[in-house]
Amino acid sequence: MGMTITEKILARAAGKEKVAPGELIDASIDIVMCVDVTTPPAISMLAEKGIDKVFDREKIVVTPDHFQPAKDIKSAELHKRLDEWARRHKIKYYYKIGRAGVCHALLPEQGHIRPGEVIVGPDSHTCTYGAFAAFGTGIGSTDAAAAIATGELWFKVPASIKFVLNGSLGPGVYSKDVILSIIARIGVDGALYKAMEFVGPALAEMSMEARMTITNMAIEAGAKNGIIGFDNVTKQYLNEHLKDKTDYTVYESDKDAEYVSVEEFDCSAIEPMVALPPLPSSGVPIGKCAGKEMDQAYIGSCTNGRIEDLRIAAKILKGKAVAIRTIVVPATPTIWKQAKDEDLFDIFYDASCVIAAPTCGACLGGFMGVLAAGEKCISTTNRNFVGRMGHPKSEVYLASPATAAASAIEGKLADPREYL
Amino acid sequence: MSVAHVYKRDHINTDEIIPARYLNTDDEAELARHCLEDLDKDFVSKVKEGDVIVAGEDFGCGSSREHAVWAIRGARVQTVIAKSFARIFYRNAINCGFYLIESAEGLEKINNGDELEVDYKAGLIKNKTADIDIKFNPLPDFALEIINDGGLLNHITKKQK
Repeated sequence: MGMTITEKILARAAGKEKVAPGELIDASIDIVMCVDVTTPPAISMLAEKGIDKVFDREKIVVTPDHFQPAKDIKSAELHKRLDEWARRHKIKYYYKIGRAGVCHALLPEQGHIRPGEVIVGPDSHTCTYGAFAAFGTGIGSTDAAAAIATGELWFKVPASIKFVLNGSLGPGVYSKDVILSIIARIGVDGALYKAMEFVGPALAEMSMEARMTITNMAIEAGAKNGIIGFDNVTKQYLNEHLKDKTDYTVYESDKDAEYVSVEEFDCSAIEPMVALPPLPSSGVPIGKCAGKEMDQAYIGSCTNGRIEDLRIAAKILKGKAVAIRTIVVPATPTIWKQAKDEDLFDIFYDASCVIAAPTCGACLGGFMGVLAAGEKCISTTNRNFVGRMGHPKSEVYLASPATAAASAIEGKLADPREYL
Repeated sequence: MSVAHVYKRDHINTDEIIPARYLNTDDEAELARHCLEDLDKDFVSKVKEGDVIVAGEDFGCGSSREHAVWAIRGARVQTVIAKSFARIFYRNAINCGFYLIESAEGLEKINNGDELEVDYKAGLIKNKTADIDIKFNPLPDFALEIINDGGLLNHITKKQK
């Protein structure tokens, strides 16, 4: 029996010829990603246990993002703890404010994600990195502490589900609509503990940015990781972004690899989707919910805050004015500069959007766009749980940047295809 | 006396267990004051030391925030009995040395306010109010080892010695 790409990467990391689903392994970690909310507790735990060391100062990447710039005194204290620790251990890749950005947009952009590697981070959307034929998974603070100190973590090898994406996306339909359709079909625990492996011709037509939107939301189906194989699009992106370490190993799933199930999707039939509150699995085609009034539009996050997303939104917003408050959050300083240089900021400004500094911010109800009781937000983010973006009686509707932009113009859920 | 706090719901997520507006601290006592706030704002005033939370499928889904486990532990809850757990939450609990019970029957056989006694070694929940025993599969050995060592960091420190 052959192995899946996920199994091969984990076998390599465990120093084994072969691993099988359900097997417990100790895997060596290639990159530990560290952010502001969940890493300071890990730092404190290590200090408390008297194991205040880092396994490799060049394999740890640090960026404050959730509440950066500090939103209040307490988060400033978290940042201070992170900063003191990163400087004391001379962490080589420490993105301080001004270069800090939403981690899952920043790490690939700055060339820290390589195929075949194991990347962990105390943020659930660490599964994003699977877009690069790598194994990325979210962990907690205790795990992060262990990974920082030892460079190893225990894992149970996940079984894999294969998602075959056939066809071609229609105009106004994006990778966000694909992943919302997938989660609507299988549910928020449809891939619990499993690897979601995405294959198929529709993927070949997607940029790395678009692919990252898909793997980013694997956790919203309960998955351990999401993964996409290596191709020329991956190679091209890596050629442009890898810096210090440019070598990597490409793994592919064997033809006789075992999958617990195979799900086929005809991407040509997918329409713009909106996930209604309070679950990412409550996705419906825009036709079934258009017209519902909104109070805010939010375009940003590790799901859809990359340059391609801002271009898609800007194209729709060009020459129009928004009817509701609209917050645009470029995910990293580089994306921010690109958007400025491409004059997207003029389009957003002219449409009366506010442009924020890179942060996770309001996606998790932190700051920079938190909702009041009863308010509704069309958002390009990844979760619409109760209270996710603010008051427990507020509501979040998840969609693509195009749908968010069209809805911002109308002040209600709107079909982006009418604005192409 | 351990009292059951039953939530007949699937997918109780980390935003409900501890909303992100409180993630600017990792102080367990402070997190505990907001435990389950957006799901049941009275939970914190009702819960007593050793009580148990009972729920449906996929408990703890969403964020990787270990703060969710800390908030529950800080509220002095002894365990959570659920039909299933989300992956990162489950992992975090083990790494913190906090025992979780996966039980398909728990939600059906335990009512809100029932008095429970848990025998972790035997894999048995005694519902004293209903006078029934509910069996569960104890955690796998590797997880028990971590829990018995008092969490992952103690476990790896011990291994390295």
